[in-house]
Amino acid sequence: MTPQSNFMVLAPIIPERETELRQLLDSMNHGPGQVDPNNGLLPFAEFETLHFARFVILDDKTTEDVRVYGLAPRTYPLYLAFLGDVDGDANAFLGKLIRRAGKGLGKIFSCCQGFGPDTDLLDWMKQHDAPPIAAYVNWRGRTVRQIREEAALYDALQSYIEKDGEVLHGLAPRDIHQKLHSFANGEQSAGRLTLSKEDPTPIEWQIKNLAHKIGFPLLGLVLSPLLLVAAPFYIIALRRLEKTDPVVCPIAAQIHSEKLSSFEDHDVTNQFSAMGSLKPGLIRLLTTTLVLKTVNYGARHITRPGRLGRIRSIHFARWVFVAGRQRMIFCSNYDGSVESYMDDFINKTGFGLNASFRNGIGYPRTNWLVRDGCVDERNYKEYLRRHTLPSQVWYKAYPGLSAVDLERNTRIRKGLEMSSMTDDQARDWVALL
Amino acid sequence: MSEVDYADVQGLVRFGYGQMTSASYALVHVKNADAAEAWLRSAPVTTAVTQKPPPKTAMNIAFTAPGLRALGVSEEIIASFSHEFRGGMGQESRARQLGDVGKNAPSNWTWGNYGREPHVLVMFFAEADQFDSFIQTSRDQNWSEAFEEITSLGTSNLDGDEPFGFADGISQPQIDWEQQLERPCTQLRYTNISALGEFLLGYRNEYGKITDRPLLEPDATTAGLLNADDASAKKDLARNGSYLVMRQLEQDVRGFWKFLHQQTGGNVAEAAQLGAKMVGRTRAGDSLVPTQAEKIPGTDPRTVTQNQFTYERDPIGARCPFGAHVRRTNPRNSDFPEPRLSALRKLLVMLGFGPKGFYDDLTSSVRFHRILRRGREYGSELLPEDALQPPPANESPRGLHFICINANISRQFEFLQNAWITNTKFSGVTGESDPLLGNRESMPGCPVTGNFAIPGDGALRQRVSGLPQFVTLRGGAYFFLPSLRALRYFAGS
Repeated sequence: MTPQSNFMVLAPIIPERETELRQLLDSMNHGPGQVDPNNGLLPFAEFETLHFARFVILDDKTTEDVRVYGLAPRTYPLYLAFLGDVDGDANAFLGKLIRRAGKGLGKIFSCCQGFGPDTDLLDWMKQHDAPPIAAYVNWRGRTVRQIREEAALYDALQSYIEKDGEVLHGLAPRDIHQKLHSFANGEQSAGRLTLSKEDPTPIEWQIKNLAHKIGFPLLGLVLSPLLLVAAPFYIIALRRLEKTDPVVCPIAAQIHSEKLSSFEDHDVTNQFSAMGSLKPGLIRLLTTTLVLKTVNYGARHITRPGRLGRIRSIHFARWVFVAGRQRMIFCSNYDGSVESYMDDFINKTGFGLNASFRNGIGYPRTNWLVRDGCVDERNYKEYLRRHTLPSQVWYKAYPGLSAVDLERNTRIRKGLEMSSMTDDQARDWVALL
Repeated sequence: MSEVDYADVQGLVRFGYGQMTSASYALVHVKNADAAEAWLRSAPVTTAVTQKPPPKTAMNIAFTAPGLRALGVSEEIIASFSHEFRGGMGQESRARQLGDVGKNAPSNWTWGNYGREPHVLVMFFAEADQFDSFIQTSRDQNWSEAFEEITSLGTSNLDGDEPFGFADGISQPQIDWEQQLERPCTQLRYTNISALGEFLLGYRNEYGKITDRPLLEPDATTAGLLNADDASAKKDLARNGSYLVMRQLEQDVRGFWKFLHQQTGGNVAEAAQLGAKMVGRTRAGDSLVPTQAEKIPGTDPRTVTQNQFTYERDPIGARCPFGAHVRRTNPRNSDFPEPRLSALRKLLVMLGFGPKGFYDDLTSSVRFHRILRRGREYGSELLPEDALQPPPANESPRGLHFICINANISRQFEFLQNAWITNTKFSGVTGESDPLLGNRESMPGCPVTGNFAIPGDGALRQRVSGLPQFVTLRGGAYFFLPSLRALRYFAGS
């Protein structure tokens, strides 16, 4: 199994060069939200282990919100974020990226502070690494290559069924499976289809993963006496904060909302980046950290492939602190339009949403960490819309395929590779075609 | 919660005016605001109060955002209406979301696009013999001074069928006018009852929240408005009002039946069956899945035989395909993939350890996405058996003036249109959009969107491919359907 990893380079933009940077980024697109995958600056399509990537200028217009806590707004530098999700080790990927597109990347990053003509690109990118506090991968181990091979398998099966459907109709599911099994074998032998075997899981990753799997609960266990003593105080403090935290959800500016829309719905999948300031204070910081560490643990070790709670439409997601602990960004790649994404979240996993976002300044009021909050639909939607940032450049390696498509294709492939099936298995499998 | 003052609600929210078989829709520009206000002040707008005997004529009025502007409503007030109402249906990004591209693109519309965006929609309904005189008296001296007509859309009465020949309007949500519903709580069962706030602004919606709407500061001009229920210092401009979506959908009835006959080798019965699979009901309106004994709350007793069903026992779409029009537009599901749950099971499902099947739990809960349909057909009737004949010269178009009422255009109409009708990935399907309404346009990575899969139980699905576009959007707009009080406010009285 090839595990997925991610990278995020976060660097302050030189103010005088912001316009130039924006123009450079725009030059990678056919239009807003429509990247040219083979653009001269960074030909994304040439990297066969890259799932998603984006450039976002973190133009956070909500920094004034800290005033509701009596704090003076800070002036932050304007950051550029470059992030991606890849198969295998992220550093190895960055190495490849630099070899093929170092010039283009250098051109982009030269608009950022601390990047000169003699700067070593890889070192610089590593120095500006912004690791996520929590990350989600829809299907750990499924590589871009596998996705493409399985999509080709699906198409081949469909055209076989269209052409030779006559021989299949009226057959029992197990016989249909047998026929398609032999068809796919034939296609593979003839070299028209490839279904690569999984690569072995890197030992180093296995050890790290196991350590994480055991370590996190173990830490909890060790700290449990302390946590038990602290819990009542913590809960009282948290409840007090919850009841008094101000809600700031003004209607998002129409022009902002329309700009975001122009970047959306060019593919069945969309990008989402939302940024905001966190509520001040140690208790809240601890809460955010603990919740997100738990989300991260659950996403990594507990969730079923293809699911985040009941949600099946997210490809990748991550939460990242932006330069310090005052602000956070959430980035995801999800299927469907933003409205369905938000409704799905409210209705299917509102508790998770509340727990992980409630510490953003102005988030609709939660109760006991997980209740209410986003159920205040109007405030929640305006809150998110107001905090959403357009992604200047966004790349997806498999246009037109939703996460559910990928799951279907994987299920078809797994079934196809079984030499025999029970009647029930075969029925379910045939229903996937 | 205060009771609904029906005298403040426009009648269309409560009634479809079925007995008034004649109707037309005037889409007009305000050319003289004073005259428009004078006309509005005297307009006999029909309310939602039940009358005995029922009235023989009815009139309802709605406004676009530019229309409110033309009547002198301030930008500040307009800015407190919803994003989608302000932006309008024809915006490029919105058109893309709604599938209004290709032939459906706003640039091809006959009304509603740039420069032809109406200000006011005036809907006239009447019993057949009263219609002409009603229209004549309504379009008086003030009318001609006030408005310039962009178009006037006529309707026809097809006795409950839509132009393709299928019974229409069978299923409508039942509104909880009495506000008895307790929301929010997880609904484990499909219900046909919708919270009042889904269709009327200023009341609790399915989230248990009072809908978002413009609230004004009290002053001399707003004295006639109600106070807001949730902010008593404010005047509620939108209470008892709603949003109205209108789309002119031209239907290629000949193309539809010709295609069905081609696919079935000219077999009349099979063509009707295929049509039924695409619609999700037979021509008579019967469901493709059997009705159930267990009652569904809010099902009209008169339509039990056609409406008391869900798709729970059709998990792979073997009876009614996922892609069928009525299954897309009302999946009849609940908030949870399983109907009866222990607390532990509920927790497990919430954490993602519920049903494992590929098609399980893929569709959003329908109770947040209901609309009240109030549209009417236009053009002459063309029976399926006559549809295969060559058309006469200069045949006039036919279709549906789709009208729906909803309190939240983006969560209700737009969600339905985007996530369920246009979506090529609805409920696990791929390469197909709504078999009736789909635009068949390709998308990046999805060159084909004109398929229609008919799953079989324990058998390979059949797939119909190459569906032509049967329905073309000719115009559309988003309107605000004000309360009577708000109407008087707009009219300056």
